[in-house]
Amino acid sequence: MMTASDPIAEYKARAISGAPFGPGSHTEKEGQTMTGAQAVIASLEAEGVDVMFGYPGGQAIKIYDALYDSKKIHHVLARHEQGATHTADGYARATGRVGVVLVTSGPGATNTVTGIATAYMDSIPMVIITGQVTRGVIGTDAFQESDIVGITMPVVKHSFLLQSTDDLTRTFREAFYIASTGRPGPVLIDIPSDLASAEMVFHYPDSVNLPSYRPTYKGNAKQIRQAINLLAQSKRPLLYVGGGVVASHACAELSRFAEMTQIPVVTTLMAKGAFPTSNPLDLGPVGMHGSKYANMAMTECDLLIAVGARFSDRVTGKLSEFAPHAKVIHIDIDPAEIGKIRDPQVPIVGDAQGILAGMIEQAEKAGIGSVGSEWFAQCCEWRKRWPFYHDEFTDYPGQIVPEVALDVLSSKLDSATSIVTTEVGQHQMWAHQHIARDTTRSFLSSGGLGTMGFGFPAAVGAKIGCPDKQVVCVAGDGSFQMNAQEMATAVINNAAVKVMILDNRALGMVHQWQKLFYNERYSSTILDPAPDFVKLAEAYNWQGERVESPDQVEGAIQRMLDAEGPYLLDVAISADQNVYPMVAPGAALDDIIGAIDLTVGGVRVSQKGAGNATKEGE
Amino acid sequence: MKHILSVLVENKPGVLSRVTGLISRRGFNIESLTVAPTEDETMSRMTIVMDADELGYEQITKQLHKLVSTYKISDMTGEDTIERELALFKVAAGPERRHEVIEIANVFRAKVVDVGKNSLTIEATGDADKLGAMEDLFRAYGIKQLTRTGKVAMSRGARD
Repeated sequence: MMTASDPIAEYKARAISGAPFGPGSHTEKEGQTMTGAQAVIASLEAEGVDVMFGYPGGQAIKIYDALYDSKKIHHVLARHEQGATHTADGYARATGRVGVVLVTSGPGATNTVTGIATAYMDSIPMVIITGQVTRGVIGTDAFQESDIVGITMPVVKHSFLLQSTDDLTRTFREAFYIASTGRPGPVLIDIPSDLASAEMVFHYPDSVNLPSYRPTYKGNAKQIRQAINLLAQSKRPLLYVGGGVVASHACAELSRFAEMTQIPVVTTLMAKGAFPTSNPLDLGPVGMHGSKYANMAMTECDLLIAVGARFSDRVTGKLSEFAPHAKVIHIDIDPAEIGKIRDPQVPIVGDAQGILAGMIEQAEKAGIGSVGSEWFAQCCEWRKRWPFYHDEFTDYPGQIVPEVALDVLSSKLDSATSIVTTEVGQHQMWAHQHIARDTTRSFLSSGGLGTMGFGFPAAVGAKIGCPDKQVVCVAGDGSFQMNAQEMATAVINNAAVKVMILDNRALGMVHQWQKLFYNERYSSTILDPAPDFVKLAEAYNWQGERVESPDQVEGAIQRMLDAEGPYLLDVAISADQNVYPMVAPGAALDDIIGAIDLTVGGVRVSQKGAGNATKEGE
Repeated sequence: MKHILSVLVENKPGVLSRVTGLISRRGFNIESLTVAPTEDETMSRMTIVMDADELGYEQITKQLHKLVSTYKISDMTGEDTIERELALFKVAAGPERRHEVIEIANVFRAKVVDVGKNSLTIEATGDADKLGAMEDLFRAYGIKQLTRTGKVAMSRGARD
């Protein structure tokens, strides 16, 4: 299943081997005497870095000076360090490579914190290099000094405060290794500026030696056999798939396992694209804004096979009523995830790709056929009964329906040649529900931290990493304004991203909660009337267009996709439009508000399980 | 329930705050903590005493294992381990009661390390029970100050 021409598979194998991602010691710089700053750039070149993201400043100026001579590294100048960090994150998510960020000390460093936390929560490999004040003045509240190692400690996989140029190259190799192996994550290197000017002889290590860090890749064979034994006894098995499948590059194995056993699949936000939407077995989004049928499947299954998923509260709902009939097989490379939320009957620690391959082999040996097919038929019945959306159904006549607009966008995109990113909020949930994705790393969204302001810079990074792909950011008007300054970065770097704003002139998700749970007291969630997004687009030398009526949507989306440069499409929708279906916070997963029920004539209903329905609003 | 963890870590700046930060961030309270370099000076051993139920304890040890700075974690709870703690008691005792305090110290094989006009300072090592018993007895005279190091622990000969 791993083919020689698969760059992500090659990158993964290289990461695990401990060898540098680039030429390592085999460069003309090996053995040369140079400054620490030059060694930083030489180290990045040794790791094969060809693009990085950042913003200069006083304590990073020497490293930027060395960067000026690099013929191998293209530096993308952001307009805010947070933007740079999310851009590198989007690059990493889209390409599977380590995203690299360079910023200065103090405010430059603190501005990266949200970006680092976002990457940490979603297990994205990044290396963040921060300039620091000279060693002599650390701890004296020097100008632009901040203890960035201390500040970021809870949100990094690991961090280094460089103490000597002797450690410099080894630190870089270790940082790239730690970021990209095991459960990936961001690693920070803080470099005091006196080390950047100190002289040293450059030697890049071609391997790592970290006895205290040994991630487990190979799943325990006995546990795999036990998992298959459980499966043989199961009548209603369900695959619950998370971002670990993407990180492990296990999509082919997942599809094969699901198809041979006919087990339906539910996906978290992080796993969107890891299992093809077009595969009938895909039940799609699950959880707070998942479909009623996926949530019913979760509640009724008797065996839950969690693969690289962490039982997030946005997926489980009320824990005591989550998958109450199910035995659990939990596959994860991070042992700390096992039993953190739900105690599994069969825990398997290791790399999902190898474990799923092992399960396929075991299932074949045990002669397990399509154990899921009868139960899958039941899930299909539910899917027919409670669709996400129905054409004859309109909440607000005469206005643009966000679900329909996204269906149009989805129908015009091929997931093999496109990437969709999202910001955070209502539009994100609609995109999760309505954008079809058949390819891994083709849907990028901030899952764990839920960072507004992530999606647009991430789109810029994805476009820079995958210039041949159509990259569309589905945004809300609130989120987009959080990092709108990166419009300059996009246009200057020829990153022809498309931004489609579902513009309700409100902080839609909070507004929705206020409408449903806070007696329509809309405290601080109305964003009307500024800005004029089309004028904003023009100011940055983008093209822009606004549409307000349903019949304009299709043509406008086509013009957006056809445009050569960056393009902003502002789509007016009603602020009263809620994202449905919805599981209220703290409610059980099958206790669902606002699902469309075709058996009672295609209206939104609120009901627990398949019991008596009440029309929404009654 | 109380757990004693022996954690072998890199002897580097910032490692202590990585470990303690992790424990407090996951909602646990450290009862006592000792840190010092080991026979290999690139490594330090921490002895951490904390209160946690089984699930919480399991989660914390797994999270600690994930720290790149952590080499090894051993559970010293209720195992065949030696645990010791050192305490300094400054006991209120004028000349007329000094001998009583010294007698108590002798019973526990503790040492008098300082004598003041109205106080005696006693150094004692032992397990929690022994130090607790001494504290109870000294309280009758008045304890002016008490400093304890927190536990250190080591497995008995057979292990390691």
